[in-house]
Amino acid sequence: MSVPLVDIRSVSHRFGQLAVLKNVSLQIEPGSYTILLGPSGSGKTTLLSILGGFVTPSEGKVFIRGEDCTAMPPAKRPTTTVFQDYALFPHMSVGGNVGFGLRMQGVDGATRAARAREALALVGLASAFDKKPHQLSGGQRQRVALARALVIEPAVLLLDEPLGALDLKLRRQMQDELKAIQKRVGTAFIHVTHDQEEAMALADHCVVMNDGRIEDEGPPERVYHRPATRFSATFMGESTILAGTVAETTNGIATVATSIGLVLLPGAVQPGANVALAIRPEHLVLGTNEGAVGLGTAEVSDVVFQGSFKRVLATSTIDAALQFIAKAPASATVQTGDTVMVSCKADDMILLANER
Amino acid sequence: MRQFVRVASWVYALAVYGFIFLPVVVLVLFSLQSTSFPIPPFTGPSLRWYEAVLSDVRLTSALVNSLLVAALSSATAVTLGFLSAWGFARFVLPGSGLLRGLITLPLTVSYLIIGMGLLVLFNWAGVPKSLLAAGIGHVVINLPLCFAIIYSQMGDHQINIERAARDLGAPEWKVLLLITVPVMAPAIFAGFFLSMTFSWDEFVISFLLTRFDTTLPVEIWNLLRSGLNPKTNAVGSLVFAVSIVLVVLFELTLLRRKPA
Repeated sequence: MSVPLVDIRSVSHRFGQLAVLKNVSLQIEPGSYTILLGPSGSGKTTLLSILGGFVTPSEGKVFIRGEDCTAMPPAKRPTTTVFQDYALFPHMSVGGNVGFGLRMQGVDGATRAARAREALALVGLASAFDKKPHQLSGGQRQRVALARALVIEPAVLLLDEPLGALDLKLRRQMQDELKAIQKRVGTAFIHVTHDQEEAMALADHCVVMNDGRIEDEGPPERVYHRPATRFSATFMGESTILAGTVAETTNGIATVATSIGLVLLPGAVQPGANVALAIRPEHLVLGTNEGAVGLGTAEVSDVVFQGSFKRVLATSTIDAALQFIAKAPASATVQTGDTVMVSCKADDMILLANER
Repeated sequence: MRQFVRVASWVYALAVYGFIFLPVVVLVLFSLQSTSFPIPPFTGPSLRWYEAVLSDVRLTSALVNSLLVAALSSATAVTLGFLSAWGFARFVLPGSGLLRGLITLPLTVSYLIIGMGLLVLFNWAGVPKSLLAAGIGHVVINLPLCFAIIYSQMGDHQINIERAARDLGAPEWKVLLLITVPVMAPAIFAGFFLSMTFSWDEFVISFLLTRFDTTLPVEIWNLLRSGLNPKTNAVGSLVFAVSIVLVVLFELTLLRRKPA
């Protein structure tokens, strides 16, 4: 493997007494779309600020293209940022905004205008060149901010919750465009969000963060289907979590003692270890347990119609603390108050070892 | 009863505005007097006293001095005020609250005290009484004002704009010159025009710190010592007119809100 484009080595950061990043290491490949996903306070924005040069980490190093950038000011490093509030220059035209980075590089006016127009065309705003930022809608300002950051051809583009201020429909539309633009320009994008749908839709590489640590990272499909930790199983999509202790492991089959009885599933974990079983909503089967692992019966507490499916919440009749989250077909006749059998396939259960 | 309240409120309003503006109205009215005493009956209108003012070299040179002192001291005050506001707004400084209090403190000290203090200081430092000394005095009184106006308008929402400029490769002085100053322009101009207004009709400090060349208020005071005549009214009206223009400019720049 070649030198990674961005190499974050054991970075920790504190604001006063508060540790916001705890020994984070991360590598980013050229041309990739990386999403830093996490709840607020998880340290994802701080990590982005460290990459952008706005924050110097308390410990650790940041290398970009093999060069130590840890304390390099933003103006000098090959990154640009698309800010959450866009941070357009209100007194300049859209063309002036987009051309600003080139102007700072000493590019002459004519070339600057031509390249600014190209960048605006790339984001589908060719006609806005002479407008002022306040004449544009939120989505258009977003595009201007993107064009302004891309025109100087950074090695890494950093996006701080870029879609946070847009309404849902526009957000989904901008998502598709962001991905298309990223593929076209080939620049590595690092994008911070707390929206897991956004993460799954955009990421080549998804980094799940919580409490200043990286919980899990990898392609979004892998992170979704085989989350590494309980946190990523519940934050990146929903899961039913079944806590238990491994009773024995034979021939790659683990027997886990849980509050609703013994559950057998593939896995090799030391007997005696505390584990959690995570089951995605679409893998829970209600009303039958043919050819599957029985999880007892449960009383349906809520059914929410979601269009293409029904989201069902059910409380186990064996362990009242256990709540099942299931996805039933839209045609299912399940109703609140029903008592149903719950089951799933052994392969669909995710064994989360090393529970803290 | 309601009728009475309405009438009473009109009477009250008229009384208040009359109290504030009657002296000015009288001043301006009798500056147009055609005879030699600014007392009723009104004999004008006539512009003879304005001609007399404009042909009086001492008054016109004092007027030019006043404009120069006002413009230069205000420019200095607004520059220093802007830089200190930027420093306080953007950097974490030790004892920031205390220092901010200190910088605005001169607002509460009387001009007489400031003028006397400067007189003693300049005397000790060997700086002669001059327009420069008066100008420095005006910077002392106007800097806190400019600082307060600009600091109050320097919100956090501009931090990301400055960051964006840095991020795109702008060195710090270009960030200030190309981004912060234009974005802050309304507050900067407002500070400038308000300083101009205060410097323009400031008397005590100019009186204490100038000698031969002096500013218009001091010259008017000299004129008043030989008694009232419509010429003093005319020059007073001119001072008032310039003040009005400056205040209007101040209001226009500060109150004009740009859409974000």
